[in-house]
Amino acid sequence: MSVEAPERPTQTSFPTEEEYAGQLGRRQRKAVAFKFFCLAMLTIAVLALATLLYTIINDSFGLVAIVNQNDPDQVVAELGYDPDTTNLQDVSYDELVGLLEANVSSGVGRRLERDQRFYEDRLVFEDDATWAEICSSGEPPTGCTAAPRDHSNVFALVQERVVVPDVIASYPLVPSLLNPEAFEEEVAAGFEAGRFPDYEPEQAFIEWRAWFNPTFLTTPQSSTPEVAGIRTAILGSTWLVLITILFAVPVGVGAAIYLVEYAKPTRLNDFIQTNINNLAGVPSIIYGMLGLAIFVRVLEPFTSGAIFTDGVPPSDNGRTIVAAGLTLGLLTLPVVIISAQEALKAVPDSLRHAGLALGATRWQTVRSQIIPVALPGILTGTILAVARAVGETAPLILVGAASFITTDPSGPFSKFTALPIQIFQWTSFPQQEFHNLAAAASIALLLLLLTLNAVAVILRNRYSRRAE
Amino acid sequence: MTAETQIETDPGRGPFRKRPRPGELAIRGFLFFCGALSIAITIGILYELGKESFLFFGDEEVSVVEFFTTTVWQPQVGGFGIWPLVLGTLYITVIAMIVAVPIGLAAAIYLSEYANNRVRAFFKPVLEILVGIPTVVYGFFALTFMTPVLRGIFGVNVVGFFNVLSAGIVVGILIVPLISSLAEDSLRAVPDSLRQAAYALGASKLEVSTRVVVPAALSGIAAGVVVAMSRAVGETMVVTLASGASPRNFTFGQDPLFGYILNPFQGAQAMTGYVAITANGDLSYNTIDYNSIFAIGLTLFFMTLGLNALSRRFVKRFQQVYE
Repeated sequence: MSVEAPERPTQTSFPTEEEYAGQLGRRQRKAVAFKFFCLAMLTIAVLALATLLYTIINDSFGLVAIVNQNDPDQVVAELGYDPDTTNLQDVSYDELVGLLEANVSSGVGRRLERDQRFYEDRLVFEDDATWAEICSSGEPPTGCTAAPRDHSNVFALVQERVVVPDVIASYPLVPSLLNPEAFEEEVAAGFEAGRFPDYEPEQAFIEWRAWFNPTFLTTPQSSTPEVAGIRTAILGSTWLVLITILFAVPVGVGAAIYLVEYAKPTRLNDFIQTNINNLAGVPSIIYGMLGLAIFVRVLEPFTSGAIFTDGVPPSDNGRTIVAAGLTLGLLTLPVVIISAQEALKAVPDSLRHAGLALGATRWQTVRSQIIPVALPGILTGTILAVARAVGETAPLILVGAASFITTDPSGPFSKFTALPIQIFQWTSFPQQEFHNLAAAASIALLLLLLTLNAVAVILRNRYSRRAE
Repeated sequence: MTAETQIETDPGRGPFRKRPRPGELAIRGFLFFCGALSIAITIGILYELGKESFLFFGDEEVSVVEFFTTTVWQPQVGGFGIWPLVLGTLYITVIAMIVAVPIGLAAAIYLSEYANNRVRAFFKPVLEILVGIPTVVYGFFALTFMTPVLRGIFGVNVVGFFNVLSAGIVVGILIVPLISSLAEDSLRAVPDSLRQAAYALGASKLEVSTRVVVPAALSGIAAGVVVAMSRAVGETMVVTLASGASPRNFTFGQDPLFGYILNPFQGAQAMTGYVAITANGDLSYNTIDYNSIFAIGLTLFFMTLGLNALSRRFVKRFQQVYE
């Protein structure tokens, strides 16, 4: 097949020199205009990226108007510390638990303890007899098996239940910097218009708030936006990455080695190759459905952990980390296979011939000649594929990632939430504070992806130097 | 080795005979298993989607004919016509393509025909970052930036909080890099001799690009456009967040075409959006809702499969031309 000839010009006579000169200027102007049009389109793409990053950062920092039900300085002073030198966060674990005991109703306290207990050896809100009874019942709460809470967890509870800060209004970063007075006026106008009927104007104070901050990363999820964090989501995403890698990398690289090094061009092997290309184009939400039908439903005894324990399963259904991890693994598999295939194909044939000529078997050649050379390419492709899986949301929604979980995942068979799910959930709430949280969580997710990409680049550079 | 030593040359006997190696066979078997697993995944997808769809159509409330011919999707009251959801998906896809094709194609032409290495070193990573950003972040962007901007431009009363336009534009941004990278690859694969010949005839750079290089790379460009379209059809998070959760039920003849059916300023649930919203939370098995998402999934699967197959045919044609 050859390139089809372009249509012949219909013009019958050539232009005269004058006509030609006149056209030339027009043609050149058109050419310049086209060049700038292309550049402008490319600039739009850059602007889109810049605007996206701007939106996220703009919503992650800024002024907020807060009303505290209990002033943290006063709480610290009541504990006998000097509020000027000691922050609420600095007081001991026992004192924080004491604050909760003093301020929280016994019903709420019991519920908190059932979620996760405060001490390994003693109970704070429950009495021992009831505790033993509910723990030996058919459906024991998570507090019976989970490890006790730690300092940051209890501090978050104290913030949420004792101090009870309420962000009544928030302002994005750039207007906060350029025109902070406008925000004060807006809050004052809000009070006058009766938008905050529960509070007096004197109670509210305006302060800077970085929604993306170290505490945000280390505190668990909460329904109060002021104290909500993404610790559980980060841990959930980390577990997912581990399971995805454990499943997709060995299988994916294995399949790639088979297709590049072993497979003869039979019909079956051609079919496998076409099939993998097709799978790479299947929308992620369909993998989610597959995961829901197979891992969550059919394999429930495995994914809920029931077959590994005699008594009560770790989870009451299959909507667990391992089900989601395997789903993401299936989703990543075709991409890992294709990128590993490319890395293997790039290895020169002379290495294969040399190995085989020396009497090595095919596997010996692959293991000691080909894989070491292809490794940088394989690693880079794999990490990029995994990075894509970390950001996937739709399959996680399908396999039932819970949106509200305050306890850390305890293992592959526990319920979980993940960073993209948090962002999705917070974005779908109407209040501005939750959008601030979603923006801050987006920063965390993008940083995680950036780290994975940086690791890919570093590994590639390191191994490619060694292979030379 | 002396000359008298008899070397057995028959590979079936003697010291060089091929011995069976169980280890090698086991490894080979394992590697084959890894490769064949992909077939199992496809069978799994087809089987599960097919089985649940079968149960869905087996329900007395639903019929295949109703599913593909009626235009009201209201599962609560037994309205199971897929067209409102398809309308949402296709409308968002069309808007996305209107945004992405000019940008992607012009970006590819610039990068391949005009840009020097330094310019390319700046723009290429930007496009790669756009690919790497998770779609849920794009969804956040659509809802908190694009929608307010559109409402500011066209008026709060005209543009709904959820609307097709915002979702479409953001999906368009998301697929620009797909088009630009595939198109750029095929533009660069066009042999330089074609360009030189056109220049020698006195063509300007514009004429070389649009009348020689682009037509020569057309199959590759088309492949990129079709892949991007398939991606837009299957895109979930942006459409779930920005285009709302109510299907745009309509009746031909009764509802105004541009005022309602094709109004870009109001929300319309897409197929993926319906699946995500329905599955969010604990969905009980063996309910009509549970089965319906699989029927929609199956439709979606065949739509994207068709688009991907089409794209591969374009690629093949392009390869035949230049290899």
